Amino acid sequence: MKTLLQRNIRDRIMESLLVLSTIVVLLPLIIILVHVVVNGISALNWDFFTQELGSPSRAMQGRPTGLVHTILGTLVVDFLALFIAVPIGFGAGIMLSEFPDHKLNPTLRVMNDTLNGMPAILKGLLAFVLIVKPMGTFSGLAGAVALAFVMIPIIARTTESALMSIPWSIREAGLAIGLPRWRVVLSTVMPAARFGLVTGTLIAFARAAGEAAPLLFTSFGNNYLPNHWLGMLLGPVDTLPQRLYSLAISPYSHWHSMGWAAAIVLLVFVILCFGTARYLTRQKH
Amino acid sequence: MTSDSDNPNNSSKEVRELLRRPPSAIYRWLGDRIFAVVVVLLGMSIIALATAMAIVLFGEGSLALRQFGFWDFLRGTTWDPAVQLVFGALPFLFGTVVTSVAALLISIFPAIAVGIFTAEYAPRWLSAIIDNLIQLIAAVPSVVIGIWGIFVLAPWMRDHVYLPIFTWAETSYPALLPILGNPMGYGLATATIVLSLMIVPYTTALTKDAIKSVPVAQREASSALGATKWEVIRMAVLPYARGGILAGAILSLGRAIGETMAVAMLIGNKNTLPFSIFGAGATMPSVIVNEFREAVESLHLSSLMAIGFTLFIIALIVNLIAAYMTRKFSIKGGQVI
Repeated sequence: MKTLLQRNIRDRIMESLLVLSTIVVLLPLIIILVHVVVNGISALNWDFFTQELGSPSRAMQGRPTGLVHTILGTLVVDFLALFIAVPIGFGAGIMLSEFPDHKLNPTLRVMNDTLNGMPAILKGLLAFVLIVKPMGTFSGLAGAVALAFVMIPIIARTTESALMSIPWSIREAGLAIGLPRWRVVLSTVMPAARFGLVTGTLIAFARAAGEAAPLLFTSFGNNYLPNHWLGMLLGPVDTLPQRLYSLAISPYSHWHSMGWAAAIVLLVFVILCFGTARYLTRQKH
Repeated sequence: MTSDSDNPNNSSKEVRELLRRPPSAIYRWLGDRIFAVVVVLLGMSIIALATAMAIVLFGEGSLALRQFGFWDFLRGTTWDPAVQLVFGALPFLFGTVVTSVAALLISIFPAIAVGIFTAEYAPRWLSAIIDNLIQLIAAVPSVVIGIWGIFVLAPWMRDHVYLPIFTWAETSYPALLPILGNPMGYGLATATIVLSLMIVPYTTALTKDAIKSVPVAQREASSALGATKWEVIRMAVLPYARGGILAGAILSLGRAIGETMAVAMLIGNKNTLPFSIFGAGATMPSVIVNEFREAVESLHLSSLMAIGFTLFIIALIVNLIAAYMTRKFSIKGGQVI
């Protein structure tokens, strides 16, 4: 039998171990954020947002280089992906929550979770086979489809739980005044769940925006702006995560510091999305 | 007057209009039919997508799988895309299993500890801050952690950890050298450390949720028996929450298996066994990232797809186990952004 003193000492030891573990986990995050900001801030200048990258010699000769084509490409590819993913994700979420008795629902739920758990790189391979191979070229469209594969299962799941959180009495009220089912869903349930829907979409968007693996063999990357605006969709396009990877593994020190700057931009973009999502979640409660 | 006073008149006029002319049966009946069909089609497209992934990966990898045979492909130790055109997945299978299991072992106790600390000890404001920071770990893109690893972590680990251990082993235990391997900084050890940081949020989130769902009466009962705070947690809370903790750990393992960019940037990319602790290695996602863009031989491309198919199977198994556990222990929430 242990004495009370021993038990209290053990209590204290465990408490300090828990605090220590928390510090050990959070310290690397702080270090990463500090390093990214310190190393990247100097390369974040006007040229970074207005010039193209060009060839490595351009940086070595000291001519202005930047990532304007990357930032534009990221916006085009990410929003196109969102455009593809939102209808499918919302549709599946509505099916799961508004047609709870549908025979396919258990299958859909399992498949959706499976798809969500699949490594993003496999979604890139799928988009490569489905889009790049038939088109015969790497393209922004293929990149958007690959990112949509990342977004769809997240949107479907968050949509389901957002719609489920709306009480059945609201649907019954709608049906009682004679609204058809589809008007009940579109005009009462979905507006009531709008915070949840926006939050889920933002989370999916931010998660996809940080992915590089699916883009490497779909949108491929490009050192220049496409000549024609359609080139963003039909030709190889640069995106931030994939360009960050290429810059980081390149042998040029000037490109390394641009990589750090790209890391700041990507990080700020992703954190803004997640921050808004978390803020909205807090507003809801 | 403002629109506020106009509205009631307007809407009552609309209502009267609607009552005089009720929506046609076609609007109601056909609308519902179309809506149901569209929604079910959209839902089914997700099922089709998941099925397509399995079929496509298997189909594209079938050339390699037929050439080498599925089991021999998994057991093959040679990966030679240049001269012999012989492909075996064992080095990558080994690399994936070793890095993800090691990362899980490193991260699981700190991750559970953070969950316990935020749920039981920390005041509400501190708990909220820690919670946000843990979620931030999951939010930081993999490539950002990768660039930090390349320029900061790997050189630091080489100079301050790997080299001292290596020189110590050189003088005291030369037999250890082949196990330790070349301390160049980029290798299995660095990749595993980064992985273990990246998977923390998943275990922590589920641990915290599981602990929060333990009934208060459970805690009060053991407090009333004179247990210290730690004894309450150890004897009354953790046994109750172990299902959620286990599910979180398996979810973390799934994330570690599929983690691509940070690992590809840090593992050093060596395609031949044996791997050593500090030395370079490769995982299934990392070899796909590194070689897919440069693969010209159709057999090489097909072998990479076959590796993708193997990765699919492994991820599927891990996910199904996690799904089974979440259902068995009826865990809700615990979602990581």
